[in-house]
Amino acid sequence: MKLINEKKPAFPWFGMDIGGTLVKLVYFEPVDITAEEEQEEVENLKSIRRYLTSNVAYGKTGVRDVHLELRNMTMCGRTGNLHFIRFPTQAMPRFIQMGRDKNFSSLHTTLCATGGGAYKFENEFRMMADLELLKLDELDCLIRGLLFVDRVGFNGHPECYYFQNPSDTQSCVKKPCTLDNPFPMLLVNIGSGVSILAVYSENNYKRVTGTSLGGGTFLGLCCLLTGCETFEEALEMASKGDSTNVDKLVKDIYGGDYERFGLQGSAVASSFGHMMSKEKRDSISKEDLARATLVTITNNIGSIARMCAVNEKIERVVFVGNFLRINTVSTKLLAYAMDYWSKGQLRALFLEHEGYFGAVGALMELLKTTEDP
Amino acid sequence: MAECGRVDSNTSHTMDKSITLPPDEIFRNLENAKRFAIDIGGSLTKLAYYSTVQHKVAKVRSFDHTAKAAAGDKLYEISMQEEVTARLHFIKFENAYIETCLDFIKDHLVNTETKVIKATGGGAHKFKELIERKLGLKVDKEDEMTCLIKGCNFVLKNIPHEAFVYAKHADSEFRFQTTNPDIFPYLLVNIGSGVSIVKVESEDKFERIGGSSIGGGTFWGLGALLTKTKRFDELLQLASKGQHASVDMLVKDIYGGSYGYLGLTGDLIASSFGKSATADKDFSKEDMAKSLLHMISNDIGQLACLYAKLHNLSRVYFGGFFIRGHPVTMHTITYSINFFTKGEVQALFLRHEGYLGTIGAFLKGAEEDNPNQYSWGENYAGSSGLMSVSPDMNPMQRARSGTFPFDMLEMDRLERQLVNLPLLQDPSSYIPDTVDLTEDALAREYWLYCFEEALDGVVKRAVASQPDMPEAALRAEKFRQKYRHKLQTLRQQPFAYGSLTVRSLLDTREHCLNEFNFPDPYSKIKQRENDTALKYYQKAVKSLDELSWEEKQFALVQGVLAGNVFDWGAKAVSDVLESDPEFGFEEAKRQLEERPWLVDSYDQWLERLKGPPHKCALFFVDNSGVDIILGVMPFVRELLSRGTEVVLASNSGPALNDVTNGELQILTERIAAMDPVIEAGLREDRLLLVQSGSSSPCLDLSRLDKVLAMVVRERQTDLVIIEGMGRAIHTNYYAMLSCESLKMAVIKNSWLADRLGGKLFSVVFKYEVPAGKPNKDCGAFSPS
Repeated sequence: MKLINEKKPAFPWFGMDIGGTLVKLVYFEPVDITAEEEQEEVENLKSIRRYLTSNVAYGKTGVRDVHLELRNMTMCGRTGNLHFIRFPTQAMPRFIQMGRDKNFSSLHTTLCATGGGAYKFENEFRMMADLELLKLDELDCLIRGLLFVDRVGFNGHPECYYFQNPSDTQSCVKKPCTLDNPFPMLLVNIGSGVSILAVYSENNYKRVTGTSLGGGTFLGLCCLLTGCETFEEALEMASKGDSTNVDKLVKDIYGGDYERFGLQGSAVASSFGHMMSKEKRDSISKEDLARATLVTITNNIGSIARMCAVNEKIERVVFVGNFLRINTVSTKLLAYAMDYWSKGQLRALFLEHEGYFGAVGALMELLKTTEDP
Repeated sequence: MAECGRVDSNTSHTMDKSITLPPDEIFRNLENAKRFAIDIGGSLTKLAYYSTVQHKVAKVRSFDHTAKAAAGDKLYEISMQEEVTARLHFIKFENAYIETCLDFIKDHLVNTETKVIKATGGGAHKFKELIERKLGLKVDKEDEMTCLIKGCNFVLKNIPHEAFVYAKHADSEFRFQTTNPDIFPYLLVNIGSGVSIVKVESEDKFERIGGSSIGGGTFWGLGALLTKTKRFDELLQLASKGQHASVDMLVKDIYGGSYGYLGLTGDLIASSFGKSATADKDFSKEDMAKSLLHMISNDIGQLACLYAKLHNLSRVYFGGFFIRGHPVTMHTITYSINFFTKGEVQALFLRHEGYLGTIGAFLKGAEEDNPNQYSWGENYAGSSGLMSVSPDMNPMQRARSGTFPFDMLEMDRLERQLVNLPLLQDPSSYIPDTVDLTEDALAREYWLYCFEEALDGVVKRAVASQPDMPEAALRAEKFRQKYRHKLQTLRQQPFAYGSLTVRSLLDTREHCLNEFNFPDPYSKIKQRENDTALKYYQKAVKSLDELSWEEKQFALVQGVLAGNVFDWGAKAVSDVLESDPEFGFEEAKRQLEERPWLVDSYDQWLERLKGPPHKCALFFVDNSGVDIILGVMPFVRELLSRGTEVVLASNSGPALNDVTNGELQILTERIAAMDPVIEAGLREDRLLLVQSGSSSPCLDLSRLDKVLAMVVRERQTDLVIIEGMGRAIHTNYYAMLSCESLKMAVIKNSWLADRLGGKLFSVVFKYEVPAGKPNKDCGAFSPS
C-alpha cells in the first residue's frame, strides 16, 4: 500500500493553464482519504482543500464552475471530484502571492502549468513563492485533456454535443454525442486568439493556422464600443442586440439576392458596413454593436475553420475554448456556418468543458511524470 | 462582396459646380467621342470613352524616277498627312464633381450617335437619373464583377508593367512584373466594403469562390466608431501613425517572449484588440486605427492564402477601394500574404486598379467593335502615372490647393496586333530592358539628367522639321513643358509608369512629340542623309568586293558598326553631326575602337561564317542614312550571296532618325536598281521588308507585329541580328534567343561606356549560340 502511494504524486493535484485572458485551474479533490491519510495530512493541505471545495468564488474574480464538476471519477488509482476554477490572468500576481502566503512550496507537489503564462510567470513563481513550475506545451495538453475528458464522460452523460437542424433556428436543438472515433479532427481552440489544429492521433497533430481575431477581440472591441467591462456583460448585451442594424447585408446593396454568385440577400456583405454612415452611427444601440461584434468574430472563425477543414480534408470540426462559454449565439452560428457553407459536408462539434482541457492535460502530465520510474 | 464602395451621402454632388475644368487636359478629344461607360464607386467616378484622334503623320512617297526633271535631287518626298487613330480615354474624379463633368461633356459632345452609356459600380443607381437627364443617354447597367474581371484581363494583357509587388522597405517600393502573355488562371481579391475572392480561368470564365464580410467597410465603419474619424483616407492616415502593440495582445504579452515550439515570434499578434479588454485605459485613435488595419489586412490575407492554396493558384491580385494606391494597405496585405504563405504566394497589385470596372463596362458596350482583337498601348503623354496627385491621394492637401483633381489613362489602339518573337528562349522570363532605373538610382539620376539636357535640342529639331508651320514653335514649347513635367514626375516617382528604363524615357518622349503633332522631327534629316549615303553605295560595295574573303567579312562588320555611329539620338554624335555635316563614313570607322573590342566574339562569328549558310536571318535595323545604306545593306548583300534569306525588320512609325518601314521600302528599291544582288533578293522573295510593329528607338521582343512573327516562323529563321544601342544595349543585351544571335552596337555615350568598362565609341559585338545547339558544322566548309 505504502509502496503504491509513494509512486503517486503527493497531493494536492493541480493542473493549470495560464492563457492571455484567463487562468484555468483544475483541482482533484480525493474523496477516498483513509483515516491514516487524514492524520498524516498537513494542515495547509487540508486548508487548501477546504478553501477550494467549500467556496464557489475566490476573491473578487475567481470562480468555480460547479456545474462542470466531474464527480466520483478515478484518476491514478484514486477516487475523487475534479473541480474547475477560473480567474483572470491579471490576477496572477495575487495568486502567486497567495501561494507564498499558504506556503505552497512546503507541500512537495509539482505545479504543472501550461499556456503562455507558464513561461511568462515562471520567474515570479520561483522568486515570489519559491515554486518551480513544470512547463508544458499548451497544444499537447489541450489534446490530451480533451481526449481524457471525452473518455471519462460528463458524470454519466456524453461530454460532446452538436446541433441538430443547425440551419433552422426553430428546430435547432442541442444533441449529445460521443467522440468514439475522433480522428482525424480539426480542433479549433478559441481563446483570446484562435489556434486551429489538425489532429490525427493523441500524439500526432499539427497546428494548421491561427487567427488573432478571437475571444479577446470580441471582448476588446465590445469594451471600446459599448463601455462594458466583462465577457458576461458583453454577451448579455449581444443577446439583446440586432447585428443587421450594424452590418450591411447583400440585400442592402443588391435589393435582394446576388444571384450571379448565389449569395442570399440575408448574407452579411460588409461587417459594420452601415457604420460608414454618420446618421447610422449616431442612432445605433450598444446592444446592436455588441451583437455585430460577436457575429463578425464568430463568422470569421467559422469561415477560416471551414477553409482549413476543406484544405486538410477533415470533416469533423471540434470547437473548444472559453469564447464559447455561455455563448449559444456563437455555438449555433458556428454549427450553422459549417453546415450551410459546406452543404452539409462538415459537422461542428462542441464540448461541455470548453476551455478547461489544457488544464486537465497539465494535471495528467503531473500524474504521468511520477508514474514513470 | 462585389460592391466597390458606397455613395457617401455626406458629400453633395452639387458643391463644386462652380469649378472650371481645364479643358486642354481633361476630357480630351471629346468632340469625337463615340461610346461611354461610367463606374461610380463610393467616392470616385471613373468615366471611359472611346474617341478618335487626328494626328499628323509623316508619309514618304517615292518620286517617279522616270521623270527625272521633277524629282530633282531628292529620293522621295515627305508629306504630312492626317491620320485617324483610335484612343480609349479613362478619367477618374471625385463624385463631388460629377455634375460639373456631365455638364462639360454635354457641352462638348458633338457626335451624338451614341444612345447608351454603360454603367457599373455601387453608385450607378444613385446617379442614373442625373446622367440620363444631363447627357440624354440611357443608362445601361452592367454586372460589377463581370466588368471588373473584363477590365483586369484587359490591362494585364495590354499594359506592360501593369502588375507589381509592393515592398515598403526595399530600394524601390514597386517591383513591376514582366508581362506574361499567359495571364490565366489567377485569383482576384477585391476588397470593397466586403471582400470577394474570384478565380479567373479564361476571358469568359470566372467564379466567385469565396469572400468575407470583413473588408474595407469594416475598417471604415468600425474605425469611425472607434476613432470618431469620418473619412476613409483620414483613418488610413491615423493608422499609418499608430502603434498597434498598445492595443493588440502579442505572443510576448502571453508568453513573455516567443512561442518557440511553434515558431511564433513574440511580436506576432495573438489577439487583436486583446489589450483593450483587460485594461481600462484610454487608447489613442492612431493606435486603434493601426490595430484595426492589421486585423483586417491579416484576416483578408489569410483567407486569400487559404483559397489560393485550395485552388492551387500562385498569382493573386488585390484590388478594391481598400487597396487603391494606398501604400499602407498594400504593405499590410503584402506582409500578411508573406506571413501566411511563407513567401510561396506574392501579393500583386495593379497600376490601373481603379479603372478596371469602367474599362470592363466599356468593353461590354464595345463588343461589336471587338476591342480584344487589337493590341493597345498605354499613352505615356496622356496618362497620369501611379501616385500622381490623383483624386484618391492626400485629400487634405488637394482641398487646399483648390485644383480640380483628376487622374487619366489613355490607351492607343495599335494598328497591328503585337505578339512575342517566337524565337525567345523563355517568353515568361524575358525582360527587354537591360537596366531598371527604378532600382538603380545612380543610372536613373544620369539618364534623367541626360534627357533633360537633350530637351532643348529636341525642341529645336521639332520646330525645324516644320518650317512651313508658324505655330510649330508654340507647339514645340508645349511639348517641352509636357516632357519636362514628365521628367520631373519621374524624378519624384520613378515608378509612375512601371519600371523606369531608358526605353520608357525614349518612348515617353515620342508619345509627347506625337501629342503635339511632331510625328517625325527627323524626317528631313533622314531624307538628306539617305540621299547622300545612296550616292556612295556603289562605291562602297565595289571596294568591299575587292577585298579577300576574310578581309571582306571584317570590313562588313566594321561597316555596320561605323554606320551605327551615325545616330542623332546620341548626344556625343549629334554634336559632331550638327557641327560637321561632312563627318564621313571613313572618319567614323577611324573613331571605332581597335580590336579586341569591349565585347568581342568576332572570331567565333568568322568561324561560323566559314560554315554552312544560315537559312534565314532576321535583322532589326537602326538608323537611316549611312547606317542602313552603307553599313547594313552591304552586310545583307553578303548574307544573300551566301544563300541566306534576310528579313529586314524596321519600325512601323518614326522614332528619332531610325529608318521606318516606309522609308526602307523606297531605299531598298533604289538600291535594287543599282545592285543585282539586292534586286534578285527582292524578286526571288529572299529579301523581305517587314514592320516591327514598334515606333520606339528601343526594341521589346515581346511586343512585335504578328505578321513579323509569322514570317519568322515560316522562314525557319535561325539567326537574329540586332543593331544599335537602343535595341542591343539598352534593351535585349541579355535577351536569350533559341537560335543564333548577333548583337552589334557602338557605345556612343561616355557615361554608359564608363559603366560597361569601356570608353566612347567602344564596340559591342556579341555573337551567341544557344546552349545545346553546338555549331557542329563549323569549319566544315571552306570559303570559295
